[in-house]
Amino acid sequence: MMTRKELDLWVGIFAVIGIGAMLFLSLKVANLASFSSADTYPILAKFDNIGALKVRAPVKSAGVVVGRVSEIRFDNESFEAVVTLNVDGRYKFPKDSSAKILTSGLLGEQYIGLTPGGDSVNLKGGDTLKLTQSAVVLENLIGQFLYNKAAEGEGKK
Amino acid sequence: MTGRIAELMRALGARIVNNWVWRLGVAIRFLWLTLRESGPSFRRFHLTIREIYFAGVLSLVVIMVSGLFVGMVLGLQGYDTLVRFGSSEVLGTLVALTLVRELGPVVAGLLFASRAGSAITAEIGLMKATEQLAAMEMMAVDPIARVVAPRFWAGVISMPVLAALFSAMGVFGGYLVGVRLIGVDEGSFWSQMQASVDFREDIVNGFIKSLVFGIAVTWIAVYEGYDAPPTAEGVSGATTRTVVTSSLAILALDVVLTALMFRGQ
Amino acid sequence: MRDTVATSNLVEVEDVTFSYDERQVLKNINLVVPKGRVVAIMGLSGCGKTTLLRLIGGALRPNHGEVRVAGRAINRLSDDELFALRRKMGMLFQFGALFTDMSSFDNVAFQMREHTNLPESLIRDLALMKLQAVGLRGAADLMPSELSGGMARRVALARSIALDPMLMMYDEPFTGLDPISLGVIGQLIRRLNDSLGATSIVVTHDVAEALELVDYVYYMSTGKVEFHGTPDQIRAAGLPSLRQFVYGEPDGPVPFHYPAPEYRQDLLAQ
Repeated sequence: MMTRKELDLWVGIFAVIGIGAMLFLSLKVANLASFSSADTYPILAKFDNIGALKVRAPVKSAGVVVGRVSEIRFDNESFEAVVTLNVDGRYKFPKDSSAKILTSGLLGEQYIGLTPGGDSVNLKGGDTLKLTQSAVVLENLIGQFLYNKAAEGEGKK
Repeated sequence: MTGRIAELMRALGARIVNNWVWRLGVAIRFLWLTLRESGPSFRRFHLTIREIYFAGVLSLVVIMVSGLFVGMVLGLQGYDTLVRFGSSEVLGTLVALTLVRELGPVVAGLLFASRAGSAITAEIGLMKATEQLAAMEMMAVDPIARVVAPRFWAGVISMPVLAALFSAMGVFGGYLVGVRLIGVDEGSFWSQMQASVDFREDIVNGFIKSLVFGIAVTWIAVYEGYDAPPTAEGVSGATTRTVVTSSLAILALDVVLTALMFRGQ
Repeated sequence: MRDTVATSNLVEVEDVTFSYDERQVLKNINLVVPKGRVVAIMGLSGCGKTTLLRLIGGALRPNHGEVRVAGRAINRLSDDELFALRRKMGMLFQFGALFTDMSSFDNVAFQMREHTNLPESLIRDLALMKLQAVGLRGAADLMPSELSGGMARRVALARSIALDPMLMMYDEPFTGLDPISLGVIGQLIRRLNDSLGATSIVVTHDVAEALELVDYVYYMSTGKVEFHGTPDQIRAAGLPSLRQFVYGEPDGPVPFHYPAPEYRQDLLAQ
């Protein structure tokens, strides 16, 4: 029969490794540590088609994550998708930067690629990006391919 | 002929009502009593600590080793499938999400039911059979407050901890197999995982699942023990019922919870 | 309060009837236990004596009639009042019912730790004194699984007198004991009763030990009190079923043969 001190010790160890496991899961496995309350400023971007872009998708520039998508809305006036990007405060981008919706890998998730422009003035919080490129939708691509092939065939005749 | 069928249906109905419906009612009332008498479990926390040792600490080895093995298998199987699509770098995501959302809470719950749940049932049942519970009542100590409630809370506290440990060991196992053994890129393994596993959606939901499972398993375990007929067959039957009913409950609750939580984003 | 009556009887069972579901176990039982006395309730297995003990302890409630302990109707007490009363009662279960997950010492100290705020050093002394009274102070650190049957029962006895109860109840205390342990338990029951100034009820079918030990006997059969008297009166009783019980006669009102078809028929039948 264990003494109370021994029991307390073992249960304490149990609690410690339990908390350790939960911390491991939260920090190393999930994305708790990054971008939780970092200094960010919002930038808006409008797209004709956002494809499969989701909230919390990364915003990358030159392949480096510089922010996250925080909100996706539908503008009922212009019938466009309005995406809010939270960009890390450390990084400033010129006013004429452009945003593209890209896919990472074949099965990958979609993300926003931010290409800097050449303007000397930088974007401020709340600004809207002028240049955007929508997501590539597979069906449209296939349709275009078939159309091109058909046109080629016609031309040859 | 139809008379016999009617007779069979009546017997079946009676069995369902007597065994399941009525017992469920008794079990709910028993849970209510357990919760009501839970004061001493916290005021005299050493009672609960003792039970956490027997339910939680003694389950550590089986949980962690199983977690490691399951993670390793996930790594092997996952790689085998993903490599066909040239997407082996998402292995980390696959292993982590499978564990945190599903396998962690469910498998840890099943193991907990078999190891700790059956032990709790057997212990309470034997105390009943050897008149220890009656003796306690005669000494003006409520057995529900002193024996049942601490075990209940110990189970509820231990389950999420064990599920987290299972998942953590599983991720480690997947890492060992995927990165160390097979050679998947270590950087992609972790970064893909971190990009896809969301704290609120996945970790917290997994935690909630394990909490719900812990309540279900421990409730069933203490009830079956307290209700067991005070004979050898009675206690052994109750122990078996604990494992079977707990396992079914976990799997059924998993369907409900998964449908509620992961409704497609 | 109507149900506190001045009396020299510690326990009064008045016209009590009790059934388990449909099976009637006790029919119109009347019984009194005077203060300071050791009273035996004897009878064959299944006559209802253990049920009666449970009714007195408040674990069961009678369907009809009243059970009074220290003048208070036990079947009408609230849960708190019942618990308070139980602290003044001690019960020795048939095989001891010691808590197997703690040592003998912890078993004896159990009630003191649960119900009093006494400092641990005082509890230690008291527990050791109780163990000394039953002769097992040296076994204080043994676990119940390490004790023999007789020793376990003595430790359980020490446990049940931990708070100096005014009523002691013994459920088959002599069952399965060796002759020495029998003598020890019998002596302890009498000695503790007298030194604590308590009252004791002993449920048993061990005639020899009981008649040596007690002041008064109630003989029960099939749920009724068939006869009661002092040990001498019991020995001299003419009631056939009682005679058979007391002298252990194999055949009498309780037949040797369980009801069966005619012998010759049974043997010759295919």
